[in-house]
Amino acid sequence: MADAILTATDLVKHYPIKGGVLRRTVGHVKAVDGVSFQLMRGETLGIVGESGCGKSTLGRLLMRLEEPTSGTLDFDGIDMYSKKGSEMRKLRRDIQIVFQDPYTSLNPRMTVGDIIGEPFDIHPDVVPKAGRRKAVQDLLDMVGLNPEHINRYPHQFSGGQRQRIGIARGIALNPKVLICDEPVSALDVSVQAQVVNLMEKLQDELGLSYVFIAHDLSVVRHISDRVGVMYLGRMAELGNEDEVYQHPTHPYTQALLSAVPVPDPTLRGKREQIVLTGDVPSPANPPSGCRFHTRCWKAQEKCKVDTPELIERPDGVGAHFSACHFAEPRLVIETVDVSDVEPDERFSSTEVVDPGALLERDGAATTAADDVVSDGTQQGEPVGEPDASREDVFREEVRGDAPDRRDI
Amino acid sequence: MSTISTRRGNRAEAAAAPSKYQPQDGLLLEVDDLFVEFHTDDGVAKAINGVSFDLRQGETLAILGESGSGKSVTAQAIMGILDMPPAKIPAGQVRYCGHDLLTMPEDERRKTRGPEISMIFQDALSSLNPVFPVGWQIAEMFRKHRGLNKSESLDRAVRLMERVQIPAAKERVKAYPHQFSGGMRQRIMIAMAIALDPAVLIADEPTTALDVTVQAQIMSLLEELQQEREMGLILITHDLGVVADVADKIAVMYAGRIVERADVYDIYARPGHPYTRGLLDSIPRLDQKGQTLSAIGGLPPNLTKIPAGCAFNPRCRMADHVCRTDLPPLREVEPGRESACHFAEEVLRG
Ligand SMILES: Nc1ncnc2c1ncn2[C@@H]1O[C@H](COP(=O)(O)OP(=O)(O)O)[C@@H](O)[C@H]1O
Ligand SMILES: Nc1ncnc2c1ncn2[C@@H]1O[C@H](COP(=O)(O)OP(=O)(O)O)[C@@H](O)[C@H]1O
Ligand code: SF4
Ligand SMILES: [Mg+2]
Ligand SMILES: [Mg+2]
Repeated sequence: MADAILTATDLVKHYPIKGGVLRRTVGHVKAVDGVSFQLMRGETLGIVGESGCGKSTLGRLLMRLEEPTSGTLDFDGIDMYSKKGSEMRKLRRDIQIVFQDPYTSLNPRMTVGDIIGEPFDIHPDVVPKAGRRKAVQDLLDMVGLNPEHINRYPHQFSGGQRQRIGIARGIALNPKVLICDEPVSALDVSVQAQVVNLMEKLQDELGLSYVFIAHDLSVVRHISDRVGVMYLGRMAELGNEDEVYQHPTHPYTQALLSAVPVPDPTLRGKREQIVLTGDVPSPANPPSGCRFHTRCWKAQEKCKVDTPELIERPDGVGAHFSACHFAEPRLVIETVDVSDVEPDERFSSTEVVDPGALLERDGAATTAADDVVSDGTQQGEPVGEPDASREDVFREEVRGDAPDRRDI
Repeated sequence: MSTISTRRGNRAEAAAAPSKYQPQDGLLLEVDDLFVEFHTDDGVAKAINGVSFDLRQGETLAILGESGSGKSVTAQAIMGILDMPPAKIPAGQVRYCGHDLLTMPEDERRKTRGPEISMIFQDALSSLNPVFPVGWQIAEMFRKHRGLNKSESLDRAVRLMERVQIPAAKERVKAYPHQFSGGMRQRIMIAMAIALDPAVLIADEPTTALDVTVQAQIMSLLEELQQEREMGLILITHDLGVVADVADKIAVMYAGRIVERADVYDIYARPGHPYTRGLLDSIPRLDQKGQTLSAIGGLPPNLTKIPAGCAFNPRCRMADHVCRTDLPPLREVEPGRESACHFAEEVLRG
C-alpha cells in the first residue's frame, strides 16, 4: 500500500482586498477555501480547473511560498506550517516547484549554471563547493540538455529547453515532491511531448511525487494517477484518473470534460456537449452552498443552502470523492485503451533527449523566443555513408552524439 | 459565367448596397504563391515562402501550425495590415473575388476591410479601444461605413451584442472593455468583425487565451454565424482538437510553407506528411488511456537560415539525402490531397 507523503487538511488562503483612500480591507479573495487531499509516495496528482480557481495558490501553499490563512500540511509526518527558520529551510529541500512560464521564471542575467546551482547556495551542505559544476552538468545531462552549455544564458535556449532548465533546478536538491505549475502550458505540442516524457522518466528514476497543476485536461489525464478538479477555491471532485475521466459524478467535471475538443473529426457531433452558461463567479464573493449552483443544470434549493461535502459517493463502479448533493455518474467521453499501441518510430520518438539542445546556436540574435534555432549541422556535407540507414543519419546529424550518451 | 449567389441579397439587416465584389462559383479568396519576408538587424526572416490556397463561400479552412510557422503573417498579408517595413512582399497575389488586393490602391483596399474581409484576434483586450464604451465601438462601424446616425447605429450595436449572446446587452452597451470577462470581450470582437457582414472572416487563435468551457461557447458561436451568413472562415490555430471539431479543410504550415493540405477527415485518418504525423503522435488525447506520447525532436528552424531542401529535414526521421538538397513542392498525392514531402506516398501508406 502506498502511503501519503503530503497531507493537506482544510487549506485556506484568503487575500485581502484593499479599498478606499485608507486602503482598508474591504473584502477577501477566497483563492483557496478549504482544500484537503493526500499525495501518495511516487504518484502524480493532477490538479485541473479553469483559470482563477486557485490552482497556483494551492501550489504555493504546498511549498509554503505563501502562509496559509488556516489549515494544516503534513509532510512525511512533519507539520510544515509549524516549522521555522533552519528547520523550514531544511524541509524546503524536499519540496520544490517548477513554474509555468519558462520565459519569465528564469533570471535573464544569470547563466544556466548559476540558475541550476542556486539551490546549492541556499543549501550549501548538499553539494560541496568543489563539486558544484559537476553536479550542475549532471543535472543538465539528466534533463536532456548539453552539459557544455552551462555558461549560456536563458535567452540562448528555446522555450522547451528553458522548461528543462526549470526542471533541472527543481530536482537539484533531490526533492521528494515536485510541484509543477503548468509546466508545459506555454509549449508547442511537439515540444510539450518531449517535456512530458522527460518528467515521467525523471519520476521513475528519482522516485518523485508530483503535484501536476494544469488547465489542460488531456495532458493531466496522460500524466496523472489521480486527479483533483477545482472550482472556485474548492475541490469539486477527486479520484483516480479513470474514476474522474470515465465515471465523473460532479456536474462541473462533466461539463469541463465535454468541452475539451478531441483531435478526431469522426467524433464530430457525436459527443455530448454540456454547455455552461455564464462565467465563473468572483472568488471574492463566491455563491452560497455549492459554489457551482449558479451554473449547474441540476441545482435545487438545497444546493443554494448546504455546502456539499467532498466525500466518497457512488460512481456506478465503486465510489470516489465528489462534492455534489446529486452526484451521479455520466459517461461524457468514450475512452479507448491504447496501452498496446506503440508510436511509429519513423515519425517521432519517445526518447527524452532534445536534439535541438545539442546544436550550436548561431549569432547573438535574440528576437522571438522561439527563433532560437541553429542549424550548423545541416549545412555541411551529408554525414554518414551513402548507404547508412536513415536512422543513423538522423542520429549523427541531429543528435550529433553516440546513441547511448544519455543512458543514465 | 455564373454567380452562385449574390451576397447580401436577402439580409435586410445589412442595409448595404450590393457589393461590387461578387464571387465566381463561390470562390472568395485565392492566395497565390505568396512570399513575405522581414528585414531585421539579424538578417532577412523568410516568414512566408510560397503559400497558395483558396477559400470558398461557407467553407472553413483551418490553418494549423506551431508558433512561428507563419500563420498570423499570412492572415496579416491577406488583411493588408502588415507593417511594411520591416515586412516586404516580394511576390504573390491575394485575389478577392478576382481582384488582387496587393496591387489595389490603398483607399480602395481599405474599403474592403470590414465589409468584405474581416478579422478577429487572439487578444481581444488589446484589440478593443480601452477608452470607448464597447457599444460605441461597434456602432462606429455602422456610422463610418453605412452612414447611419447615432441612435440607429447604437440600436444596431445592441442587436449585434444580443446576437453574439452578451447578456443584458442593452444595459451593457455603455460599458468599457475592461468591465467584461475574456470570453465576453471575444464576443464583442466577433460582433465588430461581423458588423458589416463580411464575406470572409479570419479568426487568428480566437480561443487560445480562453478556458475550455468558454472556448466551446465561442467556437459554436463562430460556427453558427458562419453558417447563417455563408461566410468563408479561415480559422488559424495550433490546436488539433479545435480543428477536428470545425474545419472542412486543413492547411498545415511549417516554416512559412504549407506542407500538407487535405480534407479534415483524411488528414486525421491518414496524415500525408511526416510533420503532420509527428504532431498527431505528440498530442495527449482526452479519450485515450495508456497512451505513449511520441515527440518530434528538435525545433523549427530559424527563419533567417531555413535549411536547404525540405525545411523539416533536420527534424524528420524519414529524411534522406534528397531531402537536404531538393525542396519538395506541394503536390497532389491522391485526389484532393496535397503533401510537400518527397516520401509522401510512403507516409500515406502508414
Ligand atoms: N497575491 C495575490 N493577491 C490577491 N489575489 C490573488 C493573489 N494570487 C492570486 N489571487 C487571486 O486568487 C484567485 C486564484 O488565483 P490562482 O491561484 O492564480 O488561480 P489559477 O492558478 O487556478 O488560475 C484569483 O482570483 C486570483 O486573482
Ligand atoms: N514584425 C515582425 N518583425 C520581424 N519578424 C516578424 C514580424 N512579425 C512576424 N515575424 C516573424 O515571422 C515568423 C512567423 O510569425 P507568425 O506568422 O506570427 O507565426 P505564427 O504561426 O505563430 O502566427 C516568426 O518567426 C516571426 O519571428
Ligand atoms: S451540488 Fe447542486 S449545484 Fe452543486 S454541482 Fe451538484 S447539483 Fe450542481
Ligand atoms: Mg495558475
Ligand atoms: Mg500567430
